[in-house]
Amino acid sequence: MSTTIVRLPDQATAQMPKRSYLNNEHGLLSWLLTGDHKRIAILYLISISFFFLLGGIFAGLIRLELLTPQPDLMASDTYNKMFTMHGVVMIFLFLVPSVPATLGNFLIPIMIGAKDLAFPKINLLSWYLYMVGGVLTLAALVLGGVDTGWTFTTPLSTHYLNTNVVTAATAIFIAGFASIFTGLNFIVTIHRMRAPGMTWFRMPLFVWANYAASILMVLGTPVLAITLVLVALERTIGIGVFDPTKGGDPLLFQHLFWFYSHPAVYIMILPGMGVISEVISTFSRKRVFGYTAVAFSSVAIALFGFFVWAHHMFIMGVSNYSALVFSLLTMLVAVPSAIKVFNWSFTLQKGSITFETPMLYAFAFIGLFTIGGMTGVFLGSLGMDIHLTETYFIVAHFHFVMVGGMLMAFLAGIHFWWPKMTGRMYPESFSKLSAVTSFIGFNLTFMPQFVLGYLGMPRRYHAYPAEYQVLNVLSTAGATVLGIGFLLPLLYLGWSLKYGKIAGNNPWQATGLEWQIQSPPLTENFTEIPVIDYEAYDYEWLAHKTEQEVTVG
Amino acid sequence: MSEHHDPSNVTNPEHAEHHIVGPKTYIIIFATLLTFTGLTVAAAFVNLGIFNPIVALLIASIKAVIVMLFFMHVYYQSKLVKMTVVAGFFTFLILITMTLTDYISRAWGMW
Amino acid sequence: MDNALAANHTHEAGETHEHVFVPQHRHHFETEQQQREAGTFGMWLFLLTEIMFFGGMFFAYLLYRNWYNPAFVAASNQLSIPLGAFNTAVLIGSGFFMALAVWAAEVRKKSLLVLFLAITTLLGFTFLGVKYVEYHEKWEKHHIPGEHFDVSEFVNPKAFGLKETPLAPDMAAKTQVFFSLYFAMTGMHALHMIIGIVLLFWLMYRSQRGDFSSGYVAPIENFGLYWHFVDIVWIFLFPLLYLINRHP
Repeated sequence: MSTTIVRLPDQATAQMPKRSYLNNEHGLLSWLLTGDHKRIAILYLISISFFFLLGGIFAGLIRLELLTPQPDLMASDTYNKMFTMHGVVMIFLFLVPSVPATLGNFLIPIMIGAKDLAFPKINLLSWYLYMVGGVLTLAALVLGGVDTGWTFTTPLSTHYLNTNVVTAATAIFIAGFASIFTGLNFIVTIHRMRAPGMTWFRMPLFVWANYAASILMVLGTPVLAITLVLVALERTIGIGVFDPTKGGDPLLFQHLFWFYSHPAVYIMILPGMGVISEVISTFSRKRVFGYTAVAFSSVAIALFGFFVWAHHMFIMGVSNYSALVFSLLTMLVAVPSAIKVFNWSFTLQKGSITFETPMLYAFAFIGLFTIGGMTGVFLGSLGMDIHLTETYFIVAHFHFVMVGGMLMAFLAGIHFWWPKMTGRMYPESFSKLSAVTSFIGFNLTFMPQFVLGYLGMPRRYHAYPAEYQVLNVLSTAGATVLGIGFLLPLLYLGWSLKYGKIAGNNPWQATGLEWQIQSPPLTENFTEIPVIDYEAYDYEWLAHKTEQEVTVG
Repeated sequence: MSEHHDPSNVTNPEHAEHHIVGPKTYIIIFATLLTFTGLTVAAAFVNLGIFNPIVALLIASIKAVIVMLFFMHVYYQSKLVKMTVVAGFFTFLILITMTLTDYISRAWGMW
Repeated sequence: MDNALAANHTHEAGETHEHVFVPQHRHHFETEQQQREAGTFGMWLFLLTEIMFFGGMFFAYLLYRNWYNPAFVAASNQLSIPLGAFNTAVLIGSGFFMALAVWAAEVRKKSLLVLFLAITTLLGFTFLGVKYVEYHEKWEKHHIPGEHFDVSEFVNPKAFGLKETPLAPDMAAKTQVFFSLYFAMTGMHALHMIIGIVLLFWLMYRSQRGDFSSGYVAPIENFGLYWHFVDIVWIFLFPLLYLINRHP
């Protein structure tokens, strides 16, 4: 087993390509008015990093407050605003656009051999909508915050709270259209713009995963949009669709809300799974085991995702019979998820595994996602759910999936494609340190929360009985370590923009189309539209190709 | 690489020949739609019991399908577009049926 | 949708076009046909989101109509069938002329195209005008949901010269749910009409300029899809809102 496959060009003579998408045009306007999918990806990357930082600060303050049983750092309604803003920012402004809008935007056209996404202007519009949504969220924050929780549950959000619900709802409404447009663009591009020879089953699994997520974005998000419109109308002019005093049903709000927000969980995780497929294959030098099964499991997750939403509402008063049906259907989602995890594991078997940073993050993903997914099965079981829901068990569960799964996948992807996006390598030792740090910090933060939840500590309270303090202190300590683990990449990736080693076209010796062109790529990606005559993840093809060429690409 | 490449070949099997629909078809469709509008108003004044809303929805659906097939040219479009339309209504049906599992079974027969 | 204006792309050195160049063809598509089909498909996906957007309200309607059927009947009978049916015909007519406009663009008849778009717009305004009259009547009768909502007409119809059966006060209060949905659904529909009319003016301006009479019909075609979709929503709204239990 070799320890590394990195094959950088000789640094003494290596040069960055003279022309690339980064220096094709100059000036701020050339970025703000660009139609280039790669530049829009960079715009998105910068903005979501900002919002991630913001959401992280909220998380830090929440953990700091929970260090002691007494409410001492902030008042109770400030605490409510903290966790609400943490949820809103992290979910709608970070997790939903994280991989699709950055890596997906950058890579999907290249991976299928197209010059750009189908609708470049709509792609740019999507970023502007996202920014408007982001600015409105900040406005809601500055004007005094929202304290409904990110779920905007009625009648709490319509009748009992006098905070900036309408502003925040508008922000999410607009950001929702940003994600609809991203998804729409991906679907059209994948259907219509594949290069000759790029059949559906030659596409990288990253493209499949994003395709499945895009379907969810297009079909799910509008339901959230109309729900928020109705909430806003109820607050402003007092229509009675969700208002029980007028005959409306508050549970209807939850049905409509979770009809989007459960599939939204898969919008967040599916693209991450796509990243993991690419990374695992590259660093074990093997075709992904059961390619077709992994591809179809993405679509299956998307499909099943629409049938399970009421498991968020088991204790809210839905009918017992209905809860039974939704509980059984929930178990179905475990099947395609397990297919993925097992197939990744089989890909590793007898592979030539190397441990570059993206691979470390991918390992973290597999382990943490498995725990997160399995605890999801606990919560989907009716009896267990009554005990565990609305406790810290839930908090731990979805952070295992979202942070342990999605964020690790996002970082894996950022490190994996960093040389392609910037043309430079990140520093390997620092990045390994950050991968290990965040893994340790993560477990220290959220493992105790499983125990806390099981013992009965409810979520969304800023004070708790003294006997829970030991576990809470552990969790807060872990959050500090985790914070350092997430801050490190920001520093060394910034450093590497100028001082990183020149990466060359294909430092990982990976097979994807994106690695066969220069890094950073040209504005329209390819000088000639490629004709694809090989399967995805064909390392023999790559070895053969490399033998015949003196310089790659 | 590119000498094998024929740009007219990039269209997918999802491709359909472009078709221009003439005014004659549109006039027939227009007349049909107006007739159905009259029909649905007339049907509302006849007591059909439980079938009143069903007939109303049926007529509306027929009208919608006619509009989609001819005014919106779905009839002449590729399978992909047809599938897309069906997928939309399918998802809407999921929303309805799955939510109704809750409302119907909260108190059997009393909803 | 992504309406390509005059293509203003810089050509990479060494780039060759094997096919006939048409002005609306954007650089990243291989052929103009591919671009057109991508545009249509994209528009359909957008309409898919619209289906789901209205879908949420249609479900709410289905639920409350079954829960509060007497209130829905009484409230629905307050709406005017002649106005509703007239508006349905107006909207179908507007869709008809929109379809003709697409045809006029396909056969490259500029003046016909502008004429048909103008008639479409006019019928759109007619629809909104009738809607305004209907809304205004509801305003005067205090049937707009909110603080000033008044149920007396449903509790004691005889005092208002109506032949409806009186409703018990708690059921009469539920008429507010009907009117909430009525205003949310028709309001959202009217909003789509207004957006459509704004786009129609823009399309008329560009047709007048001759943008769409040289074989470039994608914007007209895609806008047509949007306009017909708005029609379809109304085709369902009309029987659902106006025609509940009208028989004696």
